[in-house]
Parts: sequence; structure tokens; C-alpha cells
Amino acid sequence: MSTQYTRTAKSLHWMMALMIFGLIPLGMYMHELPLSPEKLQLYSWHKWIGVTVFVLLLVRVSWRLTHQPPALPEQMSKIQKTASHAGHIALYLLMLAIPLSGWLMSSAKGYQTVWFGVLPIPDLLGKDKELGETLAEVHESLSWVMVTILIVHVAAALKHHFIDKDDVLTRMIPGHRPTTENE
Amino acid sequence: MMKSLLIAMALVAPLVHATEYTQIQPQQSHIAFTYKQMGVAMDGRFKRFNSTISFDPAKPANAKASFDVELASIDTGGTESDEEVAGKSWFNTKAFPTASFVSTSIKPLTANRYEVSGKLSIKAKTLDIVVPASFISQGKNGVFEGSFTIRRGDFSIGEGPWAKFDVVANDVQVKFRITATAAK
Repeated sequence: MSTQYTRTAKSLHWMMALMIFGLIPLGMYMHELPLSPEKLQLYSWHKWIGVTVFVLLLVRVSWRLTHQPPALPEQMSKIQKTASHAGHIALYLLMLAIPLSGWLMSSAKGYQTVWFGVLPIPDLLGKDKELGETLAEVHESLSWVMVTILIVHVAAALKHHFIDKDDVLTRMIPGHRPTTENE
Repeated sequence: MMKSLLIAMALVAPLVHATEYTQIQPQQSHIAFTYKQMGVAMDGRFKRFNSTISFDPAKPANAKASFDVELASIDTGGTESDEEVAGKSWFNTKAFPTASFVSTSIKPLTANRYEVSGKLSIKAKTLDIVVPASFISQGKNGVFEGSFTIRRGDFSIGEGPWAKFDVVANDVQVKFRITATAAK
């Protein structure tokens, strides 16, 4: 079995990481702005990037289901492995649920999402103020859960690299070749 | 004698049966608008307006219409945006509470279709506009429908940071449906 993620898996991981690391602070910042053209612009950008993450997630899940990822290091305990799998499943679910709640919130608040201002995405819900506010809370809460798991995700990757000194981090680095290939 | 009487009756008959629609039914009338924001179609409406209409389908050229729209009654779909558009850079409703339209001439186009020319005043600016409108009689009611597009920039609706049209488009389509009954 390969000890590396495929180039596709790496690209998807880092593209989405970059987008999500932009989306979360952008969401927090734009929410606090008074109504202005900038605010409307930032909201649109946030939605466009969010839809992009959602689409990439669908590609990523299909790729993940058809390509075996490298196994976790053998020295990891059973609990660690279970925690790792659970964390990744949670991240996948959040990457699905957060854009979905944002899309539904947008519809409920009466703003259709038009991807990059070009491709209209159908409204799954009619306008409903209360539902819109509930979905806004769901969107925000799920984002905080994601922030928490991401902190653990990054901390775990660094722990694997600097403390355990295994290849869990490096095998996700683009262009990185496993040392076994050079030996 | 008999002949001239018949002619006289024929001339008078349409006047007797003529229906002049003048009583606006506010519950069955509305003025709405649509525009684009970051490429997304948005809509809203004005909840309160006064209107006087006198329209006799037999004599459209004599028809008259005028509207006074209470701009503070705007409903954009959200409290924050309702407050914003009532504010200084948009309608500035404190200084300019109403938008008005007064017809100057009404020209029949085809059956039930008319071209209404008139003056539209918003924020102390008056422009001539032409509004295509249709008329249908439904029992006692007469229903007028139509739409026209204005450029918000022509009336300084959205000044300062909103003056550019990259976020909120310049074109705003106004749609109306006015129901009136005939005066007794």
C-alpha cells in the first residue's frame, strides 16, 4: 500500500484548507459590518467560496471512496486510531453541513445564491424569517465546532511530526516523496 | 324625426353605459420592484401609496392617473435594509417622503394596452417616463397592470458609497397592479 496520499487527494485537501481558513474569519468579520456595499460584496464572496468548498467536497468524498488512503502508523493505539477516524468523519460531515446550512439560510432570508454572480443555485426553501435566523445559528454553531476540531486536527498533525516523528504530516505535503522511494 | 332621435340615442348610449373606474381598492393593488444585487435578483414593495385614477375604456385619451408613494413604507425584506434605504443616501424619506407620478397623456396601443406618459418625481428630481400598461375589466373591477424600468442613478437613489452600480445595479424594474371600481 502506498504511504502517500495521491496528488489529487493532496490538492483537494490543501485547496479546501485554504478556502476554509479564509471563510471562517471572513464570516465572522462580515457579520459584524454595518450594511454597506463592502458587506454585500463580502457576503457574496463568502457564499461563492462556500459553494466551491461544497462542490469540491463532493469530488473529494468520491475520490476518498474509490482510493484507499495510506494506513495510520502501526504504533498508534486503537483509541488514537478511532479518534483519528472519528475526527475525519466529523470534518467531512461539517464540510457538508456548514455550506448546506449557509445555502438554506440564504434562501430562507430571501437571498438567492448565485455562484460567482453567474450560476443561480435553486432556493430549496421559501422566504421564512424565523427559519432564516435559526439556520444562521446552526451555521454559526457548526462553524465553531469545526474551528474546535480543526485546532485538534492541526495540533495532532504537528504532534505526529514533531513528537511521534512519523509520516502522518509529511505524506500530505505536496511534492513530498516518501523516504522509502529513495532508499 | 324618428331617425334623428335614434341617432341621438346612439350617440348618448355609450355615455350612459360608460364605466369610469375611479375608486382604488388598496387591498387589491400593489406597487413592487425588482433589482439586481451582486447579480442576484431581489424584490420588494411599497406598502402604502395613494392613487387617483379616472379611466373610461371608451375614452382612454381623457384618462388620468396620479400616484403618491409613501417611500418610508418600503419593504425590502429585512429591517436593516429597510432602514438603510429610508436613510439619507437612498430615499432620504425625512426630506422627501413621497415619490409621485402624474400622467400627462394616455395613448391606446392595441386592445387593452395603453401607453401612459407622465412625470415621475423622486427626491426633488422630475423625469418624463413612458409606462406601458394593460387594462382588464373583471366584473365590477378594472385592473391595471404594467411595469417600467428606471435607473436609480437618475434620481440619486443610492448616493455616496452606494453610487456605484457594481453591487446594487442601476436598473430597477417597477411593477404595479392597481384595482379600481367604477364610481356609483
